[in-house]
Amino acid sequence: MDGDNAFLTAFHLILSGDPALAQIVALSLRVTLTAVLVSCLIGLPLGAALSLARFPGRGAVIVVFNALMGLPPVVAGLIVYLALSNTGPLGFLKLLFTPTAMIIAQSLLITPIIISLTRSVIDELWSEYEEQLRSLGSSALRAIPTLLWDGRFSLVTVILAGLGRAMAEVGAVLIVGGNIAGYTRTMTTAIALETAKGDLALALGLGIILLLLTLVLNAGAFLSSRIAQRQAA
Amino acid sequence: MNTVKTLFSATALAAALMALPATAQDDVITVASTTSTENSGLFDHLLPLFEEETGIEVRVIAQGTGQALETGRRGDADVVFVHAKPAEEKFVADGYGVARVEVMYNDFIIVGPAKDPADIAGGADAVDAFTSIAETESAFASRGDESGTNKKERAIWEEAGIEPSGSWYRELGQGMGPTLNTAAQMPAYSLADRGTWISFENRGDLEILVEGDNRLFNQYGVILVDPERHENVNAEDGQAFIDWLVSDVGQQAIADYKLGGEQLFMPNAK
Repeated sequence: MDGDNAFLTAFHLILSGDPALAQIVALSLRVTLTAVLVSCLIGLPLGAALSLARFPGRGAVIVVFNALMGLPPVVAGLIVYLALSNTGPLGFLKLLFTPTAMIIAQSLLITPIIISLTRSVIDELWSEYEEQLRSLGSSALRAIPTLLWDGRFSLVTVILAGLGRAMAEVGAVLIVGGNIAGYTRTMTTAIALETAKGDLALALGLGIILLLLTLVLNAGAFLSSRIAQRQAA
Repeated sequence: MNTVKTLFSATALAAALMALPATAQDDVITVASTTSTENSGLFDHLLPLFEEETGIEVRVIAQGTGQALETGRRGDADVVFVHAKPAEEKFVADGYGVARVEVMYNDFIIVGPAKDPADIAGGADAVDAFTSIAETESAFASRGDESGTNKKERAIWEEAGIEPSGSWYRELGQGMGPTLNTAAQMPAYSLADRGTWISFENRGDLEILVEGDNRLFNQYGVILVDPERHENVNAEDGQAFIDWLVSDVGQQAIADYKLGGEQLFMPNAK
């Protein structure tokens, strides 16, 4: 059975402490976590602002960001590829086929998710807090840090949604990273490569390791937010 | 204010993480090559030898030949290492490459299900085999991706005077490995390069049915992207890589690469 082989392969890979695998895992984590961090820095305040601000065309902006949550990774990758290519507008930065290019592509992919979901979280909080904050003489936009802080436990889920998308995608990092061995090869591009080689057991074994990693990250987020919630209570 | 401090340190952290690979671009070249050379494991065998000898780090991006040449045309690689002679000659003639240098060859093979509905097994004429496949409308999985293998396949159809179409002819738009994965499941005939085939582990019911036709010769060439066209090209180290590939040491290293006792590529630099 391929499935049994895959579990055995995953088990052996983890136990062997293979340095090539460790490097791939480390790069996957670095690229994805940095992209999530960048997207949060942009997306959390922007999402909150979009919830609170009133301006003409706001509805259209909301719809656009909602739609961009479905941006296909391969399109995000292609946009970043064309921008960073030697003949593209940002070619002088020489970032194509580097981990930085992969971080940029993933940030482009998940920032709309963070923006849209943050907006929806803050929408709800604002309807709860509006009177209170207004009575304190706080303007809507100045309430952003307070609202983000008070919504932090719901926002953990928002961030995890972005993280999940970034961990899982292969289309964007493959195009802008090039899947270069030892340099831009991540878990997902390695899985795609092993599938192409027909080594399905190894591909699935890597898939199991990736799932375990995602599980650990999510468990960590769950536990820390639960502890913080207890302390806050 | 605390929030400002947090924000500031988070931004600094993000910037630091993004900028982490602050490696100088000296002693590094990017090679756009084909899935057949990468998937067969040839580069895993060659590059450590070259890097040890010269200290030049080689980063290989495995694409189809069409895409690899496009990467070179845009100046996003220093060297292209592909297998489609007419397209390579055009690349040089159009002024994107300095010169085309022949490095090694192997051959294409026609693979298909052991049941062989088009009855081509044992033949040595690719055009006859393709004609039988079309006449019996047996399923054929085509790369359909402008790769060297795809270009070769289309040249054979053309020579057979057949414009393949219909539900039996399936253009996948995929690399060699995924195409073989799909062909094994359909099952379908396909044209494959021998290097990928030997290293491919999910053959299912597929077998080599036709081989040995001179038309199935598969020459690999290497080209330095013209630094006069793209000044960012690392011409010195790129040329060092090409010189090494065609040197006695490089040619011997190519000949030494075997899987399961089978040699995958035959060196033939002039």
